[in-house]
Amino acid sequence: MPEQPRIERPHADRIQSERPMIEIRNVTRSYGAFKALDDASLTIREGEFFSLLGPSGCGKTTLLRMIAGFDNPTSGSIAVGGQSMEGIPANRRPTNMVFQSYAIFPHLNVEQNVAYGLKRLKLQGGEEKRRVEEALGQVSLTGLGKRLATELSGGQRQRVALGRALVMRPKVLLLDEPLSALDKKLREQMQVELRRLQQAVGITFVLVTHDQYEALAMSDRIAVMFGGKIAQVASPKEIYQRPVNRQVADFLGGMNFVKAEIVEENGASLIVDTLGFGRIKTDKPKAFVRNGGAATLGIRPERLRVLWDNATAKFEVAGKVVERHYFGEITHLIVEIPGLEKPLSVTETNDFGADDIPVGTPIRLAYDPEALVAMAD
Amino acid sequence: MTVAAEGSPPLRMTRARRNALLRSEPVQGFALISPTFLYALILLVLPIMVVIAHSFWTQHYLTIDRTFTLENYRVALTEPIYRDLLWRSLYISLTVSLFTVVLAYPIAYFISFHGGRHKSLWLFLITIPFWTSYLLRVMSWKVILGYNGVLNSGLMGLGIIDEPSTALLYNSSAVIITLTHAWAAFAILPIFVSLEKVDRTLVEAATDLGDGPLRSFLRVTLPLSAPGIISAALIVMIPTVGDYVTPKLVGGKDGVMIANAIQAQFGKAANWPLGAALSVTTMLIVSLMAGATVLIIRTLQRMAR
Amino acid sequence: MRARRFLPGGWLSAYAFLYIVFLYLPVIFLPIFSINTAATPKFPLTGFTLQWYEDLPRTPALLDAAWNSLIVGVSAAILSTVLGILAARSITRYRYPGRRAINGLIMAPLVLPEVIVAISMLLVMLQLGLSLSLFTVVLGHVLVCIPYSMTVLTSGFEGFDRSLEEASADLGESAFGTFRRVTLPMVAPAIISSLLVCFTISLDEFIIAFFLTGTEATLPIYIWGQLRFASKLPGVLALGTLLLVASFLLMTIAEILRRRAARRTQNEGGLYA
Repeated sequence: MPEQPRIERPHADRIQSERPMIEIRNVTRSYGAFKALDDASLTIREGEFFSLLGPSGCGKTTLLRMIAGFDNPTSGSIAVGGQSMEGIPANRRPTNMVFQSYAIFPHLNVEQNVAYGLKRLKLQGGEEKRRVEEALGQVSLTGLGKRLATELSGGQRQRVALGRALVMRPKVLLLDEPLSALDKKLREQMQVELRRLQQAVGITFVLVTHDQYEALAMSDRIAVMFGGKIAQVASPKEIYQRPVNRQVADFLGGMNFVKAEIVEENGASLIVDTLGFGRIKTDKPKAFVRNGGAATLGIRPERLRVLWDNATAKFEVAGKVVERHYFGEITHLIVEIPGLEKPLSVTETNDFGADDIPVGTPIRLAYDPEALVAMAD
Repeated sequence: MTVAAEGSPPLRMTRARRNALLRSEPVQGFALISPTFLYALILLVLPIMVVIAHSFWTQHYLTIDRTFTLENYRVALTEPIYRDLLWRSLYISLTVSLFTVVLAYPIAYFISFHGGRHKSLWLFLITIPFWTSYLLRVMSWKVILGYNGVLNSGLMGLGIIDEPSTALLYNSSAVIITLTHAWAAFAILPIFVSLEKVDRTLVEAATDLGDGPLRSFLRVTLPLSAPGIISAALIVMIPTVGDYVTPKLVGGKDGVMIANAIQAQFGKAANWPLGAALSVTTMLIVSLMAGATVLIIRTLQRMAR
Repeated sequence: MRARRFLPGGWLSAYAFLYIVFLYLPVIFLPIFSINTAATPKFPLTGFTLQWYEDLPRTPALLDAAWNSLIVGVSAAILSTVLGILAARSITRYRYPGRRAINGLIMAPLVLPEVIVAISMLLVMLQLGLSLSLFTVVLGHVLVCIPYSMTVLTSGFEGFDRSLEEASADLGESAFGTFRRVTLPMVAPAIISSLLVCFTISLDEFIIAFFLTGTEATLPIYIWGQLRFASKLPGVLALGTLLLVASFLLMTIAEILRRRAARRTQNEGGLYA
């Protein structure tokens, strides 16, 4: 038998420094009675692409602005590169920021914008010019140095903002929703470019975003935040596949929730009974808190596969199609399963004709018990 | 040494807290505006308080008797001459505001709905004469309306009249015409601003729901621009009540207004308390009139629905 | 498709044209009769002359008044613009209780009867024992100029993206450096515009100067004095024409600058620019 070619998995295999770059310890930011950030602790590693993900008002931008020095914690501490940031104003921090509005100085041209921070360093000889050229090259703006900021497209403005920050050679680059103003196509292109750029320069990137796909596509690790609290910090895959609670699961995409009864709990696993899926053995989440005998399991819609004709699977559930929604390359099926209080949502590619399944058809779905994960409510 | 060492941590604490307070938004914002605020307090609020105080005092030649009295107000409100001047001033300012608003509305509408790319050019064209000297604009009306003036000589030259008319100048109509012209541009701006805020799709929605052009204008555009009409009316009404130059130059005996009487009390007649009482009375009455105008326009606005 | 609107554009255009004529015509008679040979302004015109203009520099009282107006105008423009900058910056940048009330008070001279403002200040100044002079006129002019200065500056400061200043700090610039390198260049046109507007208002202002000046006359006061003499009218018309032209030019420049400032700041705020 010929040997299978080995497929590189860049995310999993990329060697990363374990050295901490940003240490956030018990940081709280309150405005009167309202806590924008509530006792958040987090370590961001050197050379990492880290995302703060959450809905608007979850505290992610507050946290980013406190790292930059535009806001101060009510209590708790922030250290960058091992140095406490307390009392250090924004202009003396080893961080630089790409603003949501880009904040390109409209009275300066591209070159002057990029050189803005270097002017203060009073560099010798042609060093300033050389660094500006290098930064313009990094963000693919070579040749546009003399353009006025007002003559640039949205994508170009974003590159100027990026170049202007990178030219300062910061320890950490902070990005506040940098892609939210771009249209979909440009946004996806910039995601790839930003990721490539980060790997080329090796600087720690901290990205704030409310777009889960953006966070999943770009990050080494993600912190998901809700209501001023950090809910989960993990790799994109871990967060998507093993969300710690329903809120995280919901925010990262569709999830079918199944009620379960705990039969047995031991060190690393749980054995539960469900009405639709029967008895399941599943990994016990790290932070699992037992709430009586009840538990919640979740399975992503794409982890349920339609079984055609007489095909069988080791694990399957049977039900009836009640709704069908066509999305081009995929079809969403809503399948009623006897015993389950809510019908299951199933995502199936259209390669085999899922878009032609009539509503009312009896159907069988295959699943992998490992895809059913236990989580907190 | 020990004392200092023990003393320093709490000292640092208070300094940190003080810095935090100084950095806080309200403190910084208030500190920044305070010079301008103080200026307005000292040169506007304080003077008006002083005027109000004077209106309750009495003047004997050059000394002021600070015993509280309502005598000045009795004179201001009952003496026929002041009563007439007050009424005339109110009548003139009300007429002028009505004229300016009615004349200005179509222009504001035109610029807002048909101005296209040239909106700001139109606004500039209309406001430019307003920036020239008020005195000169009043003077030019004197030139136009005078016995030997432009209008009379022009009409005679065209053979429309045989001899100069004396009815043009030195009466309250001349005052009204001059003031209407002087404040025309001022009334356009607030109406324009409120018309700009009217969502164009609302007009289309009204048309879609079966309203004709006139009905959709009366039921949608006009009521929605009421705030602009109100501010335009007030912005003209309040200052014109106290106008001094226009009645003096083109008003003659028939067009004298309350400001001329107030000035006389501070000048030749040298009765500051009476002048103060006349000022306060004027301001109070014009405030009442302004309030009534707001109420009437709001009521009309509700009725239009 | 555009909905049909009440009052078709054609009629409105005609009305707008008439309105512009109504606004400009009276003002245009001043220059016309200032170059007419007749001593009284009436039709038909008698002939072209620049005599009335040539007489102007030969009148010492007029030159004094012009000099006084210049001093008062420049002082009032600078003072009110400085106070206007502080207030406009505070109003556009910070949120605090009482902000609207303070703003209302500062803008109040715009809608108060000028005579009442003037006599109130006169009373206080006399009570404080200040002798009336050009200085007291400047004090009064600053009060009435601040609202205009505020309006011009606010339109320049508004939409000034706060993150521009944050970006500057983020790139290592100090608070003063940020003001010098970012804030000032951005709002400079608005500031110059405010100076010009305030100077023009002070140059043309009559009532407050009339009440608050001592023996020195400004140009409008000089004109007021001359109006009593019918024979001086052509000279007054010539002077008035010069003032009109000056106001017109200053305001045009101010407006161009104000727009440039507004365009600069507003371009920045737009995410979809």
